[in-house]
Amino acid sequence: MKPFTYERAKSPAEAAAAAARNPDAKFIAGGTNLLDLMKLEIETPKHLIDVNGLGFDKIEPTPDGGLRIGALVRNTDLAADERIRRDYGVLSRAIVAGASGQLRNKATTAGNLLQRTRCPYFYDTNQPCNKRKPGSGCAALGGYSRQMAVIGVSDACIATYPGDMAVAMRVLGASVETVNAHGTRRTIPLGDFHKLPGTTPHVENALAPGELITAVTLPRPVGGTQIYYKVRDRASYAFALVSVAAVIQPDDTGQVAVGGIAPRPWRVEAAEGELPHGAKAVVGLLLTGAKPTNDNKFKIKLVERTLGAVLAEAKEAKAQNS
Amino acid sequence: MKNRSSGERSIEGTDDFALTRRKFLLAGTAALAAALVSPIAKEAQALAAETMGNDAEPAVLSKVAFEVNGKACELELDTRTTLLDALREHLHLTGSKKGCDHGQCGACTVLVDGHRINSCLTLAVMHQDDKITTIEGLGTPENLHPVQAAFIKHDGFQCGYCTSGQICSAVATLREIKAGVPSHVTADLTTRPQLTSDELRERMSGNICRCGAYSNIIEAINEAAGKLNATV
Repeated sequence: MKPFTYERAKSPAEAAAAAARNPDAKFIAGGTNLLDLMKLEIETPKHLIDVNGLGFDKIEPTPDGGLRIGALVRNTDLAADERIRRDYGVLSRAIVAGASGQLRNKATTAGNLLQRTRCPYFYDTNQPCNKRKPGSGCAALGGYSRQMAVIGVSDACIATYPGDMAVAMRVLGASVETVNAHGTRRTIPLGDFHKLPGTTPHVENALAPGELITAVTLPRPVGGTQIYYKVRDRASYAFALVSVAAVIQPDDTGQVAVGGIAPRPWRVEAAEGELPHGAKAVVGLLLTGAKPTNDNKFKIKLVERTLGAVLAEAKEAKAQNS
Repeated sequence: MKNRSSGERSIEGTDDFALTRRKFLLAGTAALAAALVSPIAKEAQALAAETMGNDAEPAVLSKVAFEVNGKACELELDTRTTLLDALREHLHLTGSKKGCDHGQCGACTVLVDGHRINSCLTLAVMHQDDKITTIEGLGTPENLHPVQAAFIKHDGFQCGYCTSGQICSAVATLREIKAGVPSHVTADLTTRPQLTSDELRERMSGNICRCGAYSNIIEAINEAAGKLNATV
């Protein structure tokens, strides 16, 4: 690990100002991803701003009947919150499908959104990687690409966004609240938060330098049957090959987002209109323009089958409730 | 061996029998290194010095105070020091183990304010005023924690390297179930999770055991859970 200076920020303004002063600074909260990458010298901040003391650790009701989840709420606490379990079950399910108990105790809501890809070529500093070293090339394109993305990719990068939590938040229509060094606040819809790689795969999200996430808001509960299905190589503690987050209403309409297949949680609103017609019809629209490799083309069929299983479970739940 | 220039005392010296195994190995390594100083090795050293150039940046020290196993500790540490390294190398609490050092194996699991975390993936300086419990703080050889006793009874280990992490994780797992924290295998999110072997297996998936003592570990935790419940 490269040496760095360290400070504990006492207010959001202080944290944002410290970041503005130090272009090579990083905010640190749970640290489970950042420190891992710092040990490998993939991340080399010269200054760390510890934001754990900023008090963004509450889950509060919003005026429009939704919830505001503080940026520092730990994954365990979010998944266990009674309101989340009752009204936003897909989010609780997605969180407990990810990582380990130890990591979920540390990982925060904001940090989880910002976690970086698990592409093995991003991790291997002996390999070219446009995300790690812009302009160096992409070793995954000609390499072993079984885990990689099948849609939203570019000639510069085929890495996936690896998380589970954000896939559920995307289906729930969440927004990200931020503040910058001038105290300016803004709200970014989660669908606009993660960037597609294009020619700049190192730019992964909509945050400006020094901009700090303060909360994630969820709109009022939409009910329905909420399901998160994750298909992976091990039964526990593994990243998704494909995951599906879904909210299905009694009339078979609903929302769907898919993880493990794209550089961001993948949701196509137009495809959701096909939900009453089954998985195949939805996936036809959802994955239009997919560019799989030989190694990962199985994911196309896997999305359809996983969504099929989700819709079958929703149907079963409907039968039980009626 | 007699010609080596390091500051190590000669193995032929008067304190032969005082040499620890570690010192003996270090002395051997120094001698080997000296023997290898060829032109190629010199070149390699120069290259290493060049590529390590940035590491010549001075370490940054920072103070931190926390409580470990009920005892107040104040340390001045390189900011890069993980909590695991602070515990093992500075406080000499070597019960917590370094396995992967990347939060994947769970051998470093400790409890911070009662919650289990990977101590290798957190900086010591980030734990100001925290209360940390390591395996050394759970029980003593004379007065074992029920989970420790159950691991011994059920042979919940073979080589033992992962065991401290397994036990710390198991203690916290039982608390999490009791507190109603759901898991991936909890059937109904709106009811309390039950204490079943499936729940334990899922919740303990962040602790890897290369010897494969898993079935005995689950037996041990199940028994300890029964005893802990009986005493509450």
